[in-house]
Amino acid sequence: MQALSIRGLKKTYRNGFEALKGIDLTVGAGDFFALLGPNGAGKSTAIGIITSLVNPTSGRVTVFGHDLIKAREAVKSCIGLVPQEINFNQFEKVKDIVVTQAGYYGIRRREATARAETALRQLHLWDRRNSVSRTLSGGMKRRLMIARALVHSPKLLILDEPTAGVDIEIRRSMWDFLRTINSAGTTIILTTHYLEEAESLCRNIAIIDHGRIVEHSEMSTLLTKLHTDSFVLDLKEPLQSLPKLADYTLEWIDVRTIAAEVPRGKGLNGLFRQLSEQGIEVISLRNKASRLEQLFMNLVETQQSAESR
Amino acid sequence: MKYWIAYQTIVSKEIRRFMRIWPQTILPPVITTSLYFLIFGTLIGRRIGDMNGVPYMDYIVPGIVLMSVINNAYANVVSSFYSTKFQRHIEELLVAPVPNWVILTGYVSGGGARGVIVGIVVALVARTFTDVTIAHYGVAITVFLLTAILFALGGLVNAIFANSFDDISIIPNFVMTPLVYLGGVFYTVDLLPEVWRKISLANPILYMVNAFRYGLLGVSDIRVGTALVMIAGFVVVLAGFSLWLLHRGVGIKN
Repeated sequence: MQALSIRGLKKTYRNGFEALKGIDLTVGAGDFFALLGPNGAGKSTAIGIITSLVNPTSGRVTVFGHDLIKAREAVKSCIGLVPQEINFNQFEKVKDIVVTQAGYYGIRRREATARAETALRQLHLWDRRNSVSRTLSGGMKRRLMIARALVHSPKLLILDEPTAGVDIEIRRSMWDFLRTINSAGTTIILTTHYLEEAESLCRNIAIIDHGRIVEHSEMSTLLTKLHTDSFVLDLKEPLQSLPKLADYTLEWIDVRTIAAEVPRGKGLNGLFRQLSEQGIEVISLRNKASRLEQLFMNLVETQQSAESR
Repeated sequence: MKYWIAYQTIVSKEIRRFMRIWPQTILPPVITTSLYFLIFGTLIGRRIGDMNGVPYMDYIVPGIVLMSVINNAYANVVSSFYSTKFQRHIEELLVAPVPNWVILTGYVSGGGARGVIVGIVVALVARTFTDVTIAHYGVAITVFLLTAILFALGGLVNAIFANSFDDISIIPNFVMTPLVYLGGVFYTVDLLPEVWRKISLANPILYMVNAFRYGLLGVSDIRVGTALVMIAGFVVVLAGFSLWLLHRGVGIKN
């Protein structure tokens, strides 16, 4: 069963801007799926169409077998949305926001209240249930939107940059929570600018750029396309000139810091051995960028150069 | 059943909203109308004497009550729905399986409820100044409710098209206020020169005020049947138009 199937989806806004140029996308039931792309690529438009916030120009969308146009209410019942921007009433109490949302889905007040309690407890907001929502911190507001999206137990949860502006501790706890609900059977589509997040959480991925899907595959398959890993090396002594090494490419960052490209299969031992032979002592090492970030940049740059041709 | 629950949710949210801010929503009309009754009714009214065979103080009661209904039903929906758009929590409704007709009836009922509550409070205030009773219950209640619904619908249409807070004040200030004050709230159109009397007959609020006056006092400048048909006609047309706008996503969807 497909959680989401998109065929030939196009969207042209009234001002003539072509946000989606006929995308095809499939997300399996139970998947944890990353939809990535630079700003303005078309991610939010695609999510807007799936969630009925944007009218499509043409194309077909089905969610768990329900056609978006023919069975819009069935589609809506399957989806929970955590949008990019805070979009709840900032003057309402936390619990009221979640209970009201349940009411929109036709859930009776008594059951809605029980569900709201469960969702708010899961997201560690129960103690703040009577707070006016504008008094919450940024991280709490994000968690409130997740609680609200889950109150009707959707089969498909769509999160549009849910951890933007959230500190690392809360982000990690949100990751754990999302992994838990995904393990329990909820299909998740995630858009994020933290590529480490997508790499860590998602099993499948699509990259969208300029309204087109430029990559659609398993995360592990995509990552094997990278032929090198990049590391930053902090040196004990400043360097006068860049050493030449067999198999490895080095570049300056500053006199005490260099970046090293390590080809797949070569490992780091050879790099350290050659540096030691030249009297260069490394005091620390870190990833230059996440592997996905590197690949993402490659794909987007390739697409941009193809567009400009 | 699930639509009924969604409808109840919207209506109770709306009622909760205007009751939470009662000093802004319920209290001001009470103060304003008390001043109307004091100044126009008690002080000036005594010198005016009767109008259409009714003491002036009594004569202005239906218009002032209906004016409160009109202003509050309109203001509630226009401000609530526009804020919902502005703060983007309209998206909470749009992503949920709530049909447009439920959104429409929910907001209109919420706005209508404020119009009705304020109207009743103002009528109670009027009772402290006058001895007006209800001459024709059926007409009075029908006009009272239809007017609340009609102007709640008007507020919804205004909010759908509004792109700024300025846009939600233009119609009430520059269209509704003149129409209400020139709609026979404080006078009978028979006092006007013939030309202005004919022009006044194009003002729909004149029909509502006079129909309601007939319901309370038993006097009217126009035929009550015509007024009722006209108000009901406006309700049907505006409801259809609002539904079409929501269906097209005008002002709320890209």
